[in-house]
Amino acid sequence: MNAVATIDWHDQIFETLQDHDVKQVYHVPDAGHGKLIEACQKSNSIRTLALTTEEEGIPLAAGAWLGGQRSVLLMQSSGVGNTINLMGMTKTLRFPFLTLITMRGDYGEFNSWQYPMGQGTPKVLEAMGVLLYSVDNAAEVKATVDAAARSAFNGGQAVAVLLRQKLIGIKNFGKK
Amino acid sequence: MSTQAQRATLQRRPLVKKILEGADDNLLVIAGLGSANWDITAAGDRPLNMPLWGSMGAPVGMGLGLALAQPAKRVLVITGDGDMLMSLGSLATVAAQQPDNLAIVVLDNEKFGETGNQATHTSPRNNGPTDSGAGTDLAMIARGCGIADSATVREASEVAQLVKDARTRKGPVFRLVKVMVEKLDFVMPPQDGAHLKDRFRQALLGHA
Repeated sequence: MNAVATIDWHDQIFETLQDHDVKQVYHVPDAGHGKLIEACQKSNSIRTLALTTEEEGIPLAAGAWLGGQRSVLLMQSSGVGNTINLMGMTKTLRFPFLTLITMRGDYGEFNSWQYPMGQGTPKVLEAMGVLLYSVDNAAEVKATVDAAARSAFNGGQAVAVLLRQKLIGIKNFGKK
Repeated sequence: MSTQAQRATLQRRPLVKKILEGADDNLLVIAGLGSANWDITAAGDRPLNMPLWGSMGAPVGMGLGLALAQPAKRVLVITGDGDMLMSLGSLATVAAQQPDNLAIVVLDNEKFGETGNQATHTSPRNNGPTDSGAGTDLAMIARGCGIADSATVREASEVAQLVKDARTRKGPVFRLVKVMVEKLDFVMPPQDGAHLKDRFRQALLGHA
């Protein structure tokens, strides 16, 4: 194994979220974010909320901010479309918003059903005024999430980090 | 035709005014777009009110995020049946968290008031070709989602208890209130979302 392959970027994201005093983490079940979600669930300093749809994450983040807490929404690119109408709240209320998105339909995807929303993800987020950070290299995950958190919580922006499929690995359901 | 809506006798404005009477810094209020927004504003605009002008389906999620961030405060979500129907899943998310400081009051007139009083799904079935719903029972849905303390209020004699439940009862509390269809004045709070958010945070946290 080379040095890059041994970097545990899930752990690094967890540490970065803690460094930025994130108190509420919203998610739907996701293999790509699985290890991070587990770390959050086991943490005493973070409240982890399972959602019925990604859309719930936007008003939750707005409510948390009204109450003085920082939050993050973890989702897959397939869930991004569910959030778009309420994503407008980040503009209307002008509150800091951070989302980390594991990409599907992106790099070597085998499932054709993942391509429409995966390929549409950057465009629809941009259309809603969300700043995009993108990372496909494990060595750059920590710095990228840290910069995104600064843009959000210090700069007051709505920010999405796209964790590219090249980083996460290609899901193949056991096929070669 | 005898419908639930026609049988409803409670008027939303005086009801909301009673629920919010004597509101102090301990009470944080979020209202859904449309009538619920005008209702809480008619009771008296205040910085710790967050009245929404859009974002249908958002109030319960906002209330939950706020309740978890401010466990020592009372968080009250007031919204309508149309808004609630758009985010039924959020009731299950509330149930999973069991916030003891959150109350949700849904004013159910069985109509989409902002678009011309079309029937919502809470309207009765078989109510004619243009005014039929599904008889959807939102209190039963809330209970089914896991909010055990869920009830329906129909009578004036139940209002005093409703006020207590909304303000002080251990949450999560869900109350469905059947209210009349009425034509009421628009009583509007400031519209700018960033301003509403900043004045709320200033009042609650001492900084925007």
